[in-house]
Amino acid sequence: MVKVQLFVTCLVDSFFPEVGEAVVDVLERHGCTVEFPFDQTCCGQPAFNVGYHDQAREMAQHTIEVLDATEGTIVVPSGSCADMMINHTPELFDGNDELRGAAERVSARVKEFSSFLVDELGITDAGAVCAGRTATYHPSCHGFRNLGIRVQPETLLDHVSGLERVDLPDAETCCGFGGLFSVELPEVSASIMSTKLTNVEATGANLLVGVDVSCLMHLAGGLRRRGSTIEVKHIAEVLNGEPAS
Amino acid sequence: MVPVAFIDRARKGLGSPGVAALNTGSRRMMSHRLTAVEEFPSMDSMRDRAREIRLYSLAHLDELLARFTDEVEAQGGHVFFAADGEEAIGYIRRLAERENVGRIVKSKSMVTEEIHLNDALEAGEFEVVETDLGEFIIQLSGDTPSHIIAPVMHKTRQDVGRLFADKLDVEYTDDPQELNGIARSHLRQIFLDADMGISGCNVAIAESGTVSLVTNEGNGRLTTTAPRVHVAIMGMERIVPTLGDAAVILEVLARSATGQKLSVYTSLITGPRRPEEPDGPDEFHVVILDNGRSRVLGGDTAEILACIRCGACLNVCPVYREAGGHAYGFTYSGPIGAVLVPSLLGLEDWHDLPYASSLCGACLDACPVRIDLPELLLRLRRDAVAQGYPPPGLERVIGWYAGLATRPALWRTALRAAGLGSKVLGRKGWISSLPGKGAAWTDHRDLPRPATRPFHARWKERNGGT
Ligand code: SF4
Repeated sequence: MVKVQLFVTCLVDSFFPEVGEAVVDVLERHGCTVEFPFDQTCCGQPAFNVGYHDQAREMAQHTIEVLDATEGTIVVPSGSCADMMINHTPELFDGNDELRGAAERVSARVKEFSSFLVDELGITDAGAVCAGRTATYHPSCHGFRNLGIRVQPETLLDHVSGLERVDLPDAETCCGFGGLFSVELPEVSASIMSTKLTNVEATGANLLVGVDVSCLMHLAGGLRRRGSTIEVKHIAEVLNGEPAS
Repeated sequence: MVPVAFIDRARKGLGSPGVAALNTGSRRMMSHRLTAVEEFPSMDSMRDRAREIRLYSLAHLDELLARFTDEVEAQGGHVFFAADGEEAIGYIRRLAERENVGRIVKSKSMVTEEIHLNDALEAGEFEVVETDLGEFIIQLSGDTPSHIIAPVMHKTRQDVGRLFADKLDVEYTDDPQELNGIARSHLRQIFLDADMGISGCNVAIAESGTVSLVTNEGNGRLTTTAPRVHVAIMGMERIVPTLGDAAVILEVLARSATGQKLSVYTSLITGPRRPEEPDGPDEFHVVILDNGRSRVLGGDTAEILACIRCGACLNVCPVYREAGGHAYGFTYSGPIGAVLVPSLLGLEDWHDLPYASSLCGACLDACPVRIDLPELLLRLRRDAVAQGYPPPGLERVIGWYAGLATRPALWRTALRAAGLGSKVLGRKGWISSLPGKGAAWTDHRDLPRPATRPFHARWKERNGGT
């Protein structure tokens, strides 16, 4: 049994708990013992990205203290939060050796969910079934560019039985979410989103999949506003579909 | 607060025909770059080399500029260090007066746009004519550049056709070849009558005191050779040690900017005309502009000075493509502008620019010298908050959110409360209208309702509490 810690992220916690449950199901099905450090909250990224380092540091310190007391890989169902914890959290504690050390220990244990499955558990076929659906995959920027999550999600989707995957045109272009960018520059965000959604619709897919609920929340909200019937799912939900065990 | 913020300027551009043209144009440039990169397997190592050269040059700027100056002077040229735009303009004006200059021709130079050189010279009653087709169109229409490489990216050929018919007294045409021909014949005589040519400088070479200039139209070399006096103006960072270094920079520049192997014309200008040479200027002056650069060099966005102004980061930037170059409010737009402008001119007036990015990182992928633009944007955002220029309306929310996120029991209660409380806001799990700041979300997209049973609660039930 591989022991893993789930850092569920604030958005999954509050808006998409079913994604968290799917993550736990998939991990358990593949031989992991999942622990959930109960005092976890938010990694601090929302504050960090708009320049509020003091507040980001408080949140990050809380996160580090909760996670440093645990063992095993910390699985995060978000490329963006994983990127924050891996690439930014330690620098927030420059000048404080103890906390910087703890942040680095935690950061070294963090792994995004889909890349954990493929890179660490060596799974390409998660044994899922998703009959009669056509899916397209949107690579969210932080995971894609900063963590190099490029082939793992598509590899997993390609092995889902009954699921046809079609390439998303211009997939690597941002969806326009960008955290608080989406409400600080709402018209610009919406304009970028609209280009993305037009590309999603052009694929003819009836399912849009991603590894970050943040971008997916924005895209699902946009699709719904357009009256589209395209469904939006986190990859864990797809991989948890009607397991062929 | 800035008088007109990025978002207000962006609103003017969003969905306009001009920005649609710019969007198409920048995508075209992006795909040219991608093809050029694919065709050149060693591009990656060439980029590493270019980055090394640029960082080395920044680290040895004093010594390289001193060497450059010695070399220029040894060839009979002159070098003037200008602390700011005003000093640069003053020098050029005095020179023009001394030399009895009437007409000045210019080749494309963003640094002269940076200091608004044309306005100042025209106010001094010199006639200034832009000779780069794009800049000529900008000047004729009283506009400003929307792209650092292709200044008229926001204009369609129909716009240009109408402009020429209106201002140059020619028949309307929107055929690009014909438009080019019209500009060419209009400018030809102007070149011959000009007394002074002002150019930019893509890369200066310290070892030989050489100014290099790349263009695709050939107007650059006319500007620098036909008039009696040539003034090259360059940002003080625009220097490399050797000719070999310059060759590396010019190669990654051409591939990244336009997807070319090399620009059509590359001019290497070393000193004024020598007695045995048939053409070239009698006077050769280089104005080296600081204008905030030494301050940037000592700060933690110094890496931005490694930029070689290829424009690749603009072409890939979704914010630039949708909002347009004019949304940035200054000569430099897109990710390079969002970092360079507040770095050079200060956050007080330009603190909105670092926020004009979704931090997607496409710019870093594209940048030939691998400038970590997203990281620099984050540093500027941190500085904006620290200096008291935070984005409007966030301070309280962030403080309140951090308060919850550092108190786990309160966090869990708040999530439950949000789930239950939001029941009144939306049916079927979605909210389509929120008051206040929330409207910034719901004006454009629906919002899922927070879950009535957050993950924390579900975990507890699943495991009987831990
Ligand atoms: S920052 Fe990089 S990509 Fe952008 S213009 Fe400068 S060199 Fe080109």
